[in-house]
Amino acid sequence: MKVRVSVQLKSGILDPQGKAVEQGLHGFGFEVEHVRIGRLIDMDVPGTDPAEVKAKALAMCEKLLVNPVMEKASIEVL
Amino acid sequence: MRVAVPVFPGSNCDHDALHACGTVMGWETIPVWHQETRLPENTELVFVPGGFSYGDYLRCGAIAALAPIMADIKRHADAGGLVLGVCNGFQILCEAQLLPGALLRNESLRFIHTDVHLRVERADLPFTRAMKPGAVFQVPIAHAEGNFTLDPADLADLEARGGVAFRYCSPRGEIGASHVPNGAMNGIAGIVNLRGNVLGMMPHPERAVDPRLGPTGGLGVFRSLAEAFAGV
Repeated sequence: MKVRVSVQLKSGILDPQGKAVEQGLHGFGFEVEHVRIGRLIDMDVPGTDPAEVKAKALAMCEKLLVNPVMEKASIEVL
Repeated sequence: MRVAVPVFPGSNCDHDALHACGTVMGWETIPVWHQETRLPENTELVFVPGGFSYGDYLRCGAIAALAPIMADIKRHADAGGLVLGVCNGFQILCEAQLLPGALLRNESLRFIHTDVHLRVERADLPFTRAMKPGAVFQVPIAHAEGNFTLDPADLADLEARGGVAFRYCSPRGEIGASHVPNGAMNGIAGIVNLRGNVLGMMPHPERAVDPRLGPTGGLGVFRSLAEAFAGV
């Protein structure tokens, strides 16, 4: 099954990259705030049970994909 | 005195480490490829060098932390062996959970290469024992991700247990945000684990040890290690 893991910096963590992009958008006249840059990880995970596949993806987050000091993730089974 | 320097694809300070430990200090210093599963027998210090291991893919140090040699480095650390991680080596030790925290992108978003001053916050460690508490020394930094970060509660714990080994400071030892090059919380440049045998730091003491190449502000760390090994 196709799985999409979305990794974001936790809310308290400074995101200088997001800030730079926000300033860039302001430069074009867009009214925008709280821009945060994250990472999308798409993958095929064997299995047919969405709950089971999601559990596998969660284990991957804990082992490698997410650093809990600074990041959080959401998992979507597509 | 035997030093192992693990070498990952993308390490680029491994030769600085080999030069400092081998040529300058005269220690037996052995490069160890990341695919190895065992450190050389009787390794006393593991020097995890700087660089861009695995191209900084995913997060700095995240892939290197899973390399085959890391299991034996963890075993070495668990047994009380000394581990020094510099720059990317510090990032690797954090990702391997040998040290707490994480190194985020510099506040300025820029790669910074400059000399900084560090204040010795812990002078009782194998890495610092030849230095005086509060002493100031000058070493270079060269990184894009050196912005040390930790949850507020864990940061308070780290400070309370004396986990901060080095802090960025002015040439006279003053602490303050204007002396922190990268945005690191509490101006933290280097930390040590609870047991005091694993130290990670962003600045490069190994690049400031040879008078033929420039200033030698980093020698304090190596003289300390020499004392520790001699059991003085």
